[in-house]
Amino acid sequence: MDDELTIQSDSSLTVEQAIVNLQGQDLGLRVYAAWWLGRFRVDAPEAIDVLIAALEDEDDRTHVGGYPLRRNAARALGKLGHHRAVPVLIQALECSDFYVREAAAQSLEMLEDLSCIPRLIELLNDQVPGTLPATEPPHMAQPFDAILEALGTLGAMDAVPDILPFLDHDIPRIQFAAARAMYQLTPNPQIASQYGERLVQALSHEDLQLRRATLADLGAIGYLPAAEAIAQTLAENSLKLIALKGLLEKQLLYTTPLELSDGAIKVMGLMDDLL
Amino acid sequence: MTDIDILIQAVDRADSSIKLLEAVEKLADVQSEKGIPTLIAALGYNNPGAAVAAVDGLIRIGEPAVKGLLDQLDSHNYTARSWAIRALAGIGDPRGLITLLGAATADFSMSVRRAAAKGLGTMKWHWFPDDLLEIAQYEALDALLFVIEQDEEWVVRYSAVVGLQSLGITFGQPTSEIKGVWRCQIERQLAQLLSTDLSLTVRARTENALQQLRSQSPNPPLLSVPSSLSTMDWHLILEKLYERKGVERQSIAEGDPRKYRKLAVTIHHRPHPNLEN
Repeated sequence: MDDELTIQSDSSLTVEQAIVNLQGQDLGLRVYAAWWLGRFRVDAPEAIDVLIAALEDEDDRTHVGGYPLRRNAARALGKLGHHRAVPVLIQALECSDFYVREAAAQSLEMLEDLSCIPRLIELLNDQVPGTLPATEPPHMAQPFDAILEALGTLGAMDAVPDILPFLDHDIPRIQFAAARAMYQLTPNPQIASQYGERLVQALSHEDLQLRRATLADLGAIGYLPAAEAIAQTLAENSLKLIALKGLLEKQLLYTTPLELSDGAIKVMGLMDDLL
Repeated sequence: MTDIDILIQAVDRADSSIKLLEAVEKLADVQSEKGIPTLIAALGYNNPGAAVAAVDGLIRIGEPAVKGLLDQLDSHNYTARSWAIRALAGIGDPRGLITLLGAATADFSMSVRRAAAKGLGTMKWHWFPDDLLEIAQYEALDALLFVIEQDEEWVVRYSAVVGLQSLGITFGQPTSEIKGVWRCQIERQLAQLLSTDLSLTVRARTENALQQLRSQSPNPPLLSVPSSLSTMDWHLILEKLYERKGVERQSIAEGDPRKYRKLAVTIHHRPHPNLEN
């Protein structure tokens, strides 16, 4: 039913073995080891070293020139939280492989290092030479949603003029990613709420994938007025619960010890009904 | 053809996910027992919206749907099975207790553990005969305490906190000494969770549960709709509970709530409980 994590914890691999495999000859084991290190958050210095090296791999190529190992390495480096990975991830934003750039943008967002902002803006404007479009439809030139989300999370105020046109992009998913970023980049709460409301409207979009993505967006920005609409959205309860968790934790952010505001209590009431 | 037949036919003939959703919603709204098999079938159509509507409808129909839901659990349709457990959790019928105990503590799907944990707190306890009530409540308490300590998923622990809150409120009107003990146990475990759980959301819900338990009014109204379960139903529930008790879970640490298991059994077997004050 709901999103189930079908991959159970994998005890067949050890940290040492994964690091060895990542440097070995077997391409299948290498790409799996890169994923594994990220999945189990192995942040040993040697793991970071081999993953950084894997970002420059030339051996593992798809028939259309993609870099599967680099994709997994870029994703893993975001999860491991080491800023040493930032320069190579910024470099990965120039990779010809669309999916490597997408993973790098997402990981840079997670690492919250502001030094990547200028490069992200260039990529948003499709000004980085040698970057090929996605191999899957709709063949986007750049991973615009990942870039927009990263710019929003990183608080890239300078990027606002470049982001605004994406509110009218042909692809709804990109419009909503832009709305999410603009919500985060707009200091005036009244103006920001326009972007929040735009996302709330997207919750009744006819496309389930889009509704799911919007739930994640609203959870990420913690937009409290969306609480009821999230609870009512036609989607899996587990995704709605995660979105509401985002709203709740935003409410609790600056309260130590825990103080439950009316908003927090209301959100928990909605969550209780979805369990 | 009756109105119900027309509604059932609309579900069977729906050729898009939106039409299916609408048809299931309409059928669910009439709360007709005749619609039960169709609503149960809708749990397996891989349409989350329709499944949610069907679960809601089955919960509102309540007890008459339980037999069909229990049968559904034997199917190999994993999705349908998990929605059926959710419906059982919402109905709170004692015949679902054993299923919920197993599902909350051991199902591999977190959404099933989540639904079952909440359901364990909201069983229709007033239906249980006295001789079965304590052992059943003890098992529910035991399972929920296990979940808040052991489950890796925040949402399942959150659900167990909600379940423990409901159970604690049930114990708030102690009809025996052991319930007072259990109630203290719940508050103590929740207070501990408040400082140890890694999830901010779980800690917030725990704080909320403690507040609600502490502000519990002394005499909330009890639902007194009598149970229509047969002697055979109760016999089966008791038998399965004993079977369950036969299978101990791993080792039990000192101070573990499961230590009370013995106490509960002792009390249960005494014709006239004679506890020291």
